[in-house]
Amino acid sequence: MRGASVCATLLAGLATAASAQPAGDPVAGRAAYEARCGGCHSVDADRVGPRHAGLIGRRAGSVPGYDYSPALARSRLVWDARNLDRWLQNPEALIPGQQMGYRLEDAAVRADIVAFLGTLRASGR
Amino acid sequence: MNLTAMPARRLFVARAGGATLSAATIGLLAGASGCATAQSSATAQGDVRILNVALGLEHEAIGAYQLGATSGLLQKPVLDIAVSFQSHHKAHRDALIATIEKLGGRPVAEKSLQEYAGALNAASLKSQADVLALAAKLELGATNAYLGVIPSFTDNKLGQVAARLAADETMHYTVLISALGQALPTRALSFGG
Repeated sequence: MRGASVCATLLAGLATAASAQPAGDPVAGRAAYEARCGGCHSVDADRVGPRHAGLIGRRAGSVPGYDYSPALARSRLVWDARNLDRWLQNPEALIPGQQMGYRLEDAAVRADIVAFLGTLRASGR
Repeated sequence: MNLTAMPARRLFVARAGGATLSAATIGLLAGASGCATAQSSATAQGDVRILNVALGLEHEAIGAYQLGATSGLLQKPVLDIAVSFQSHHKAHRDALIATIEKLGGRPVAEKSLQEYAGALNAASLKSQADVLALAAKLELGATNAYLGVIPSFTDNKLGQVAARLAADETMHYTVLISALGQALPTRALSFGG
């Protein structure tokens, strides 16, 4: 009985975590990426911000030739869906001293963009 | 709306108008930075980092319009529009540089036109519509970028300045998509968020 209660609590916790970070739609995410991130970023080219091809699984601050802030370059973060969501919500809270001031409040849009970023493979550039 | 069917003068400020905007914007930013100088060095540095990213965006926008204006693909009055919008971005650039320097920062330098051409894949532009579509994409991104940095400023007046810059970019975006024959946003509050 006690075991069932613990299990139920765990399941409830997992459900809460899942709802806190909804699964995104990569197709909608592509459009959102163009609109929200396209002022500074491209998939395959370094612009105001670094390129995003191959972002998931990449160490933060590691695109060769891009001039990162010391804070990001020193970080040991490896990008995954969870920390990307936190980054987009408030990058300064995740890595103080970095240089991206952009915040995206809408959790559903963040999830879509993260889902789209997850489809991008390294371009080999 | 077809831009080519409308008098350029009705739609856009002339170059002299751009100069007026520049002076006004610089004045606004100077006032904002006057307040910002009271911040601690650490918080001012955070604002400077955001302003420098914005400056990088403006440098790129100026380069993008230069590429479009010299591509031979733009016809009057669209060419005049591109030059007018570029003058707005130059005013933004000048204002941002003045503010960054007032806050004790070092403004980020522009890249070469060749670098912007490569990063923006300018070689793929084959028509006036291609140039306008690229400009519209960049202006929409700039609109959302400026709106998205507002909560990050420690100096509220800099947030107000970002909102004014976003308004300029929104104007550019709506004109450009209208010129392309694209529909205006149907939903309210479609920018930022």
